[in-house]
Amino acid sequence: MITGAPPIVTGRMAYADAHTLERYLATGGYDGLRRAILLGPDAVREQVDKASLLGRGGAGFPAGRKWSMLRKADVSYLVVNGDESEPATFKDHLLVERDPHQVVEGAIIAAFALGVSQAFIFCRGEFALGLERLQQACNDAYAYGALGAGILGSSFSLDLVVHPGAGAYICGEETALLESLEGKRGFPRIKPPYFPAAIGLYGAPTVVNNIETVSNLPWIVVNGGEAFAALGAGSSTGTRLFALSGRVERPGWYELEMSKTTFRDLVYDPSLGGGIRDGGALKAFIPGGVSAPWFGPDQIDLGLDQDAVARAGSMLGSGSVVVMDDTTCAVRAAWRITRFFARESCGQCTPCREGSGWIEKMMRRIEEGNGREADLDLLMDACDNIAPGVSWPPQQTTICVLGPSIPSSVASGIRMFRDEFLLHVKEGGCPMRAAR
Amino acid sequence: MAHLSDENLERARRLVAVYPEPRSALIPLCHLAQAQDGWLTPEAMEDVAALVGVTPAEVHGTATFYDMLHTEPVGRHVVAVCTNVACMLAGAYELLEHAQDRLGIHSGQTTDDGEFTLEEAECLAGCDTAPCVQVNHRFFGPLDAASFDQLVEDLRTGVLAGQVPRHGVLCRVERTVGLLAHGADDRDVGGVGTAEGSAT
Ligand SMILES: Cc1cc2nc3c(=O)[nH]c(=O)nc-3n(C[C@H](O)[C@H](O)[C@H](O)COP(=O)(O)O)c2cc1C
Ligand code: SF4
Ligand code: FES
Repeated sequence: MITGAPPIVTGRMAYADAHTLERYLATGGYDGLRRAILLGPDAVREQVDKASLLGRGGAGFPAGRKWSMLRKADVSYLVVNGDESEPATFKDHLLVERDPHQVVEGAIIAAFALGVSQAFIFCRGEFALGLERLQQACNDAYAYGALGAGILGSSFSLDLVVHPGAGAYICGEETALLESLEGKRGFPRIKPPYFPAAIGLYGAPTVVNNIETVSNLPWIVVNGGEAFAALGAGSSTGTRLFALSGRVERPGWYELEMSKTTFRDLVYDPSLGGGIRDGGALKAFIPGGVSAPWFGPDQIDLGLDQDAVARAGSMLGSGSVVVMDDTTCAVRAAWRITRFFARESCGQCTPCREGSGWIEKMMRRIEEGNGREADLDLLMDACDNIAPGVSWPPQQTTICVLGPSIPSSVASGIRMFRDEFLLHVKEGGCPMRAAR
Repeated sequence: MAHLSDENLERARRLVAVYPEPRSALIPLCHLAQAQDGWLTPEAMEDVAALVGVTPAEVHGTATFYDMLHTEPVGRHVVAVCTNVACMLAGAYELLEHAQDRLGIHSGQTTDDGEFTLEEAECLAGCDTAPCVQVNHRFFGPLDAASFDQLVEDLRTGVLAGQVPRHGVLCRVERTVGLLAHGADDRDVGGVGTAEGSAT
């Protein structure tokens, strides 16, 4: 890592057989679980608190705090969220395919700390190889004694089920995920009262944690929460797995120390993004998945830091950075992202269902050269209907935050590249088309 | 068409047994049915309904919510071309156009010989290999016109058969144990089903 921090979740990626139990055990696998059992649940939770591990699923909520909110009950569940469908996000895909035992061990440690005896890994259905690797890792973990009754000779027992999704972005939202896991359509539940920690799977208290979040746990337990918290700065501790895509020379995943690494490092360092493709110029970038508002080149020196990005008006979200260069049409990029939301809206809330479709149509009209100047104001009005004020973080008038995320790209595009939108109107088409 | 075979009914019962509530097995059972027939037949949906204790209409209504579950027949190879933003910036729409020409069908259609169904997909989480394509949910990318043609050729001739099973076969690794922490014995196994037996 360019800051000298150790890799925490990608330490085994150099091995082609990292997914096997043999390699996992040869590289410190299940040491975290062993140590956790030695320490006991209270001490494990304490280490996770000390680590200040932030959730890696998008919202960035501290994992330790989330765990402490789990309602006490006879039956409670852990569900690991591996639905990963936020466009441009591909870190969990890597983790389930290349280091599935780390995911399994992380889930077991979390369940142990929470006193849960049944856990699920909800894996995106499109990850066929990932599902095979996870199921194999789960089978191997049972055979090894890390799952089942009396784990590694202790009194702790746990069953883990690998559950396949079936293709629906909305099922990444935690309450929709629980509906889907109950065998239903993935409609988000209304919070309150349906906070998973209070009323989750089958009405029982449930912790939902992201794949990358739990993948950090073996390292934290072995090395201690303080060692984790010593990396990064402020509330952004540890490392994070960033997914870099778009117009860069070297798209890919990069585990980086939070806060101490900048977007400039990620995009331009020769060992990371390697700069803009074909020597082009940076036009804009999305700092945290397509739900996030865009940044211009003036923000490139920001740290990969949750609070810093939030202060600058966007979010680090799912840790996915999309780079646009001078050949990228901002209208087309914003249109394509809107089209995604229009397709994936579950339709429960009117502003999200109607708004997404309406915005998509208007955006398409402009992109195809049939727009009018007045459409820009209409678009901003439509955004305001979904998320009043069109600010970030957005005002929420809907059941889940898919709706309020729709304006991000459209409003960013119009605010940052108004002239480009107007050129589409004036020239009756995309002015960049010839350049592409 | 087909009801679930006896062997798959047995697999289905083991899957139901690993969930606290039977209905949770609905989606895994739909995958199992697709693994058998390539798509979700009305007869298989009746079986799934009976196994998890809901009506066939509820199975149908649930299945249609999900992109991966097909209640109409599809080709042996479902080719999904991602056109979301990262792939678009790498030429995904040009690739999709080429794919339509090459296969002679529009996205959403199936070739007359039943070999290929073409789909325009949302982000497949393969954006580092943009433009990215999945065939029966196995990843390929980055692809250009020439490598796409080669892929189609290899799928037709069966060179890739080991890597890309027929559409519907998702996870070829079966769960080997039941809920051991919850008192099941070793024979109560379940897991993500497959009609083609297990491979590791
Ligand atoms: C529309 C939508 C999609 C989401 N998709 C995912 C996802 O694919 N994976 C994920 O871990 N979290 C996703 N989330 C966030 C989850 O609701 C939840 O906050 C997260 O899984 C909690 O895990 P963490 O605390 O470990 O981050 C999504 C949220 C929304 C609103
Ligand atoms: S905001 Fe959109 S996706 Fe979320 S519950 Fe409402 S309609 Fe469904
Ligand atoms: S945008 Fe195509 S795989 Fe992510």
